[in-house]
Amino acid sequence: MKTLSRRRFLRGTMKGAAIGVGLPFLDSMLNDSGKAFAATGQRIPVRFGTWIWGCGIIPELWVPKQTGYNYSMPEHLKPVEGYRNKLALLSGFDVKLDGVPNKPHVTGCFGLRTGIPIPDRQVRAPTFDVLIADAIADTRFRSVEVSTTGMQRSYSYRDAGSPNPSEVNPLALYHRLFGEGFQDPNKASFTPDPRYMAQQSVLSAVQEERKALMTKVGAADRQRLDEYFTSLRELEQKLALQLQPPAPVENFIMPTPPEATPVDAEMANVIENHKIMASLLARALQCNQTKVFNVLFSDTASNLRRPGVSSTHHTLTHEEPIDRELGYQREVAWFAEQSMFAWRDFLDALDSIPEGDGTLLDNCLVLAHSDCSLAHAHAVEGIPVMIAGNAGGRVKTGFHLAGNADPITRVGLSVQQAMGLNVETWGGLSMATNRTINQLLA
Amino acid sequence: MDPRKSRFGRLNFGRQDAQSTVGYLTRAGAIAVIVILNLAACSAEFGTSYKAGVSALDEPPPVGGPPLVRRLTESQYRATIADIFGADVPIVARFGRELRADNMIAIGTSKAGISPFSLEQYDNAAAGIVDFIFAPENRARFMVCEPVADSAFDAQCARTTIEHYGSKLFRRPLREEQIARYLEQARRSAELVADYYAGLGLALRGLLSAPEFLFRIEEVDKQNPDSLSALSKAERLSFFLTNSTPDDALLAAAESGALNTDEGLEQQVERLMSSSKFEQALRAFFADMLEFDLFEDLTKDAQLYPAFSPVVALDAQEQTLKTIVHHLVDQQGDYRDLFTLRETFLTRALGIVYQLPVPTRNGWEKTAFPEDSAYAGIQSHLSFLALHSHPGRSSPSLRGKAIREVFLCQEVPDPPANVVFNALVDTGGNTMPTARDRLHAHNSEPACAGCHKIMDPPGYALENYDGVGTWRDTENGAVIDASGNLDGRPFSSPIEFGDALRDHPETGKCVAERMYRFAVGRDIVWYEREYMDYLIEAFKAREYKVPSLMRDIAMSENFFTIDSDAVRFEGASL
Repeated sequence: MKTLSRRRFLRGTMKGAAIGVGLPFLDSMLNDSGKAFAATGQRIPVRFGTWIWGCGIIPELWVPKQTGYNYSMPEHLKPVEGYRNKLALLSGFDVKLDGVPNKPHVTGCFGLRTGIPIPDRQVRAPTFDVLIADAIADTRFRSVEVSTTGMQRSYSYRDAGSPNPSEVNPLALYHRLFGEGFQDPNKASFTPDPRYMAQQSVLSAVQEERKALMTKVGAADRQRLDEYFTSLRELEQKLALQLQPPAPVENFIMPTPPEATPVDAEMANVIENHKIMASLLARALQCNQTKVFNVLFSDTASNLRRPGVSSTHHTLTHEEPIDRELGYQREVAWFAEQSMFAWRDFLDALDSIPEGDGTLLDNCLVLAHSDCSLAHAHAVEGIPVMIAGNAGGRVKTGFHLAGNADPITRVGLSVQQAMGLNVETWGGLSMATNRTINQLLA
Repeated sequence: MDPRKSRFGRLNFGRQDAQSTVGYLTRAGAIAVIVILNLAACSAEFGTSYKAGVSALDEPPPVGGPPLVRRLTESQYRATIADIFGADVPIVARFGRELRADNMIAIGTSKAGISPFSLEQYDNAAAGIVDFIFAPENRARFMVCEPVADSAFDAQCARTTIEHYGSKLFRRPLREEQIARYLEQARRSAELVADYYAGLGLALRGLLSAPEFLFRIEEVDKQNPDSLSALSKAERLSFFLTNSTPDDALLAAAESGALNTDEGLEQQVERLMSSSKFEQALRAFFADMLEFDLFEDLTKDAQLYPAFSPVVALDAQEQTLKTIVHHLVDQQGDYRDLFTLRETFLTRALGIVYQLPVPTRNGWEKTAFPEDSAYAGIQSHLSFLALHSHPGRSSPSLRGKAIREVFLCQEVPDPPANVVFNALVDTGGNTMPTARDRLHAHNSEPACAGCHKIMDPPGYALENYDGVGTWRDTENGAVIDASGNLDGRPFSSPIEFGDALRDHPETGKCVAERMYRFAVGRDIVWYEREYMDYLIEAFKAREYKVPSLMRDIAMSENFFTIDSDAVRFEGASL
């Protein structure tokens, strides 16, 4: 295959139908320094993802007392002790409000993800995962969103009018990723289905109306239509991929359909669903179904709960009295700690898949964060952030860095740069920054 | 004056109603400081025009708004496919959550984009629809012509098919270049897969994924830039009154120009409103207003509420919609009586939660809450009580906020972020058995008290219903006190609260305003205030009959008017 151009291949198999096919972005077109598989010489893709948990941390149990590489692991980070070398802990970075009202559990999250504080969900800029996907996605899915508490939402937005919804059901996720349209990368033979080519061509006819429509509507609606056409191009690209034999993948094991499980916000169910979905997602990353993902472990106003208890994680943050001996809310702390166990489960899923001379995790950059630090104060100062994986050698990990109240956009800027985006400054108002976190970039 | 006005007759109004409204609001003056009382505040400021409005029922000079691009909702998509192809055509897709803007999905449709996930799902749906109608056993039913041979490409027949379904899907005739484009793709596809029907099917699949189908792109009339084009009028009218695509008769009325005449419009409005599809529109409106989309996220603790199940959640929504349709359409009832109404429909699954016997074993039973029961009014339905509660308990704040926002169109601000919960840190050894006790802690914080004083009283009224809606006398052993005061009107029980909600001066105004926003898919612009007053007065004069309100909107000049100035004020809500 390597000696045959994709376009020639298509012409050869499609009865000579000469149609301009929008070919996907090639890795070689990116200015990256990724690693390659020893066996095939093929470049290992670098993936980007987010993992969010709601209602923050108990600062005294989560923020390490020391900075640098030799910090001692705080109580609530003990679950991820095993990943110490693959984790960078970032504390003390703030969302700067610039006078914008702090909408509890919303402003902090979107401030971090769009670089601009907002008093509602009306994002003023895309979330950074969308920017990164625009630059690197050449896979069947531009990005995959997953939520493990039954909440359909995600915190991935191209525009206020079109958030990317999450998959909430493990079986539905399985079917989307590995059902119709999935091609086993290690199948011996490959026969492209001419239907895909025909359909792709039909979509280009749909696309042709673009110009006529754009002149008919106002600026705001033009943006919405533009977004539609971006989605359409992605659908076309997906079809184009169906016409190429998939690149073989080492160690790929086709997942089996998961058993039906209860989908709700009960902690034990969430932990279980999260494990299943994390494992499906990891397999999908391994065989290049997507390069970008967003996991919503618990909503920012976390509805996690224990069976038979009338309060949720979020309501507890407001109502549970502070334990006089401990100095913090005991039940809230339980949820905060459980969230870190779940984070470990997620890292386990990525790290258990060997890839190249390391693991899948090594070739990912996963940014985990919450919406606030101290939930009952809805504090957007010191929002906890973790970066896991080395992005194929592009980021450094193993340390704790204190942000000293720097704008949290430094994190968003740095991860975009790590993912190869040519961006110098990012964020709005007093969060605009050009200060890369140099300790992070290799 | 527009001759259409004469249809309304000239109904006279006394001034007492308007005055009593103002009096009611003065008593509730404290609320106006924090809660944005959209209508009341404006009525007062527009004193002069308000007076003019009540003296006779004339539509004020039309203002209108900008032409919009509205995305089809899931229910509109399904209804449209059912109307064009048949109710048995399967639609297999997972539609994303609808976008809410200004508290309404209807307004969200004019802001929503289509994400890659959504388009993927539309494409899945399209594939299923095409597979069904092109299946050999179904072709006779759906094909409008027969090709000369299955294998050869019959351009004439393909063209006829594309024009036939294309114009239905796009709600307007296809332009020649559009036809040519899809025809060419049908031909190319048919060649690639060596099958006429498969090729044509792919072209149809393209039409089903096209922006001209998925979005309603409104156009201004070329001759009269102050009005929508006739086809866009048909579209607006049809989705408003049937929640579905314009049928052939309506499109024909638009194309012939009949829709631009008063008689033609009236004829179509009457026809649509008397069709069986009118109910779909009412259901769409109330499901939107009552925020039933939030049921998707609703979970209840199985140990605390064993009777609650996904079946109960679905039945609860259906119960309320059935009750509303029966009362408003079949009975031609007063909208406000929905808050005191005992007549309803139940299933056994619901009966268990209400703790009422339901003799009908399967399906729905038309019944009434017993006179001595504590249930009356849709605010006492599970669809309201369970939806606005936590997974493990009731919530006076969530319910009170919903009463204010859903039924009275009053906006409750977000809670302040930086609250110090001293009362929670030091409870002083006091136990807090009831929600009222617990919320008292909030009310001791000045930053919280303002809003909680507004939200909580309507919520306290409903505290006798637990987190799913089952009646209880006590919470944690303490007797629940459901008494309170709704903006100056005291109540001592949930039933009396229903009466107070029924009589609240904002109740009728709120639904009228909401219905208009539903109809046009945007918020009201400032200069439409007078028109809103007119609609509200007309609604009152027509004894709060919702179908009449919808007719008044559909026949008003403002409904179809395009105001280029309004574009500049877009988003400047009242």
